[in-house]
Amino acid sequence: MTERNHVLPPGLPAPAPMRDGLDAPFWAATRRHELVVQRCNGCGGWQWGPEWNCHHCLGFDIGWTEVEATGVIYSWERPWYPVHRALAEAGPYVVLLVELPHAGGVRMVGNLVGDPLQPFEIGDRVRAVFEDHDDADTPFTLVQWERIG
Amino acid sequence: MGNDLTVRGKVAVVGVGESTYYKRGQSPDPEFVLLLKAILAACADAGIAPSQIDGFCSYSNDRNDPPRLAAALGLRELRFSNMQWTSGGGGAAGAVGNAASAIVAGNAECVVAFRSLAQGQFGRFGQGGGSRPISGEYAYQIPYGKISPAQSYAMRTTRVLWEHGISRDTMKAIALAAYHHAQNNPRAVMYGRPLTPEAYDESRWIVEPYRLFDCCQENDGAAAVVLMSAERARELRVDPVYVLGAQQGGPRRSGAWADNNTDYATSSFKHVAERLFAQAQLGPADVDVVQSYENFTGGVLMSLIEHGFCTYENANEVLTFDNLVAPTGRLPLNTSGGNLAECYMHGLGLVIEAVRQIRGESSNQVPGAKVALASAGPMVPVVSSLIVGNGEALG
Repeated sequence: MTERNHVLPPGLPAPAPMRDGLDAPFWAATRRHELVVQRCNGCGGWQWGPEWNCHHCLGFDIGWTEVEATGVIYSWERPWYPVHRALAEAGPYVVLLVELPHAGGVRMVGNLVGDPLQPFEIGDRVRAVFEDHDDADTPFTLVQWERIG
Repeated sequence: MGNDLTVRGKVAVVGVGESTYYKRGQSPDPEFVLLLKAILAACADAGIAPSQIDGFCSYSNDRNDPPRLAAALGLRELRFSNMQWTSGGGGAAGAVGNAASAIVAGNAECVVAFRSLAQGQFGRFGQGGGSRPISGEYAYQIPYGKISPAQSYAMRTTRVLWEHGISRDTMKAIALAAYHHAQNNPRAVMYGRPLTPEAYDESRWIVEPYRLFDCCQENDGAAAVVLMSAERARELRVDPVYVLGAQQGGPRRSGAWADNNTDYATSSFKHVAERLFAQAQLGPADVDVVQSYENFTGGVLMSLIEHGFCTYENANEVLTFDNLVAPTGRLPLNTSGGNLAECYMHGLGLVIEAVRQIRGESSNQVPGAKVALASAGPMVPVVSSLIVGNGEALG
């Protein structure tokens, strides 16, 4: 059974955790519908994407912290031209860059859920929508975003 | 005078050359042959035998490696080879700077900076490939349909326009100026294909805020620049074009994954431009003509501001078609047609055009041009920028 509540059609590459294990906790958390971000156990600094050391204090003791799955639209784009065959009928769609002010201002890339031509602006608040792909060879979950209010 | 450890005035461009430029997929020659033809043309322009070359510099993981080139061109010895790591076309000016550094250091005497790129033979930059699982940085972007270079950088432009109240008309002017210049340049792939303001406005969105004509072409071609010491250059020709400055770099965490670079809405030129002008002992007002790498017009807009050719506040007034066209504009830009309308030669064509302007050989010549700037790769993690000038500019 296909899941048609997805923002984009099937056929795009699935995300896979890195072979060295660096970002496995993030992808595992998305399956639980939790948003986690790296935070340094030494200096408390937040960072994204995942890195092996802290880019603030250069220490190696980095943990993962669950954060409130909300944010603010920092920037956006609206692709129309399909650059991948899976997207032939998909456009337009909206890609968001979402800032998490409560997590050191890290930014996450995701899609805006709903009408791609809906009115929205930089600064609008959004909340995460966990988009399950349970039918994939290796099930995974993407983090999408919908406007609040 | 000055710093003995600078390249300023110690190295000159003695030859430039390019293959015929083609729309992607239309080259009858494979990529390696295009490159040999470009290097041979540059040697002929310099008046040297190819066997005099003793070094090569390139960027963006060019597929054509120096040992193969050295064999094919009859080099007596390959003394120096250098690759500026990845970052799209951000190394076009950097490769020239690396070549100049090698010459000043005495590690080579005649170095070719080159780029060859046959997107027909090896695949398009503007298409996103397969469906196998991906990991690392890609996993945070590609499943969301953020795949191509245009999609990688459109959001930066959105943010810059929003933060500073800059009009998309500036991007339109940049595109129109490039196409205008290409109509006088028989090398240009868009020669004979003018662009009207109406056609720009009606062109399709690729990814908002980029329309079709905000995006570079996809081409097959090759380009090469021959550098030697200033002394040897003066023996070869009466009009050597001196390297006055060449800088590369990326600001803090410019390579952070998925748009987490510290200063987001930047073309990455703020520090590079500052070091470049200091090295050249010049300021933006001293530059007669600018070749600014267009991956996308939004990147040009940001590059021009970060080099000091205009400000965030006056960009809407300065970046107009009338101001950007040679010979009458106050800020003549991309006078060969550039990546948009001459050829997407990954920025090396812009370096060549800067040299031609100083020689007085441009198809859109800026009268009396003494100083030209060529910048490469806005918004990518490592960018580079170059200033060249004639003997008068050297002082």
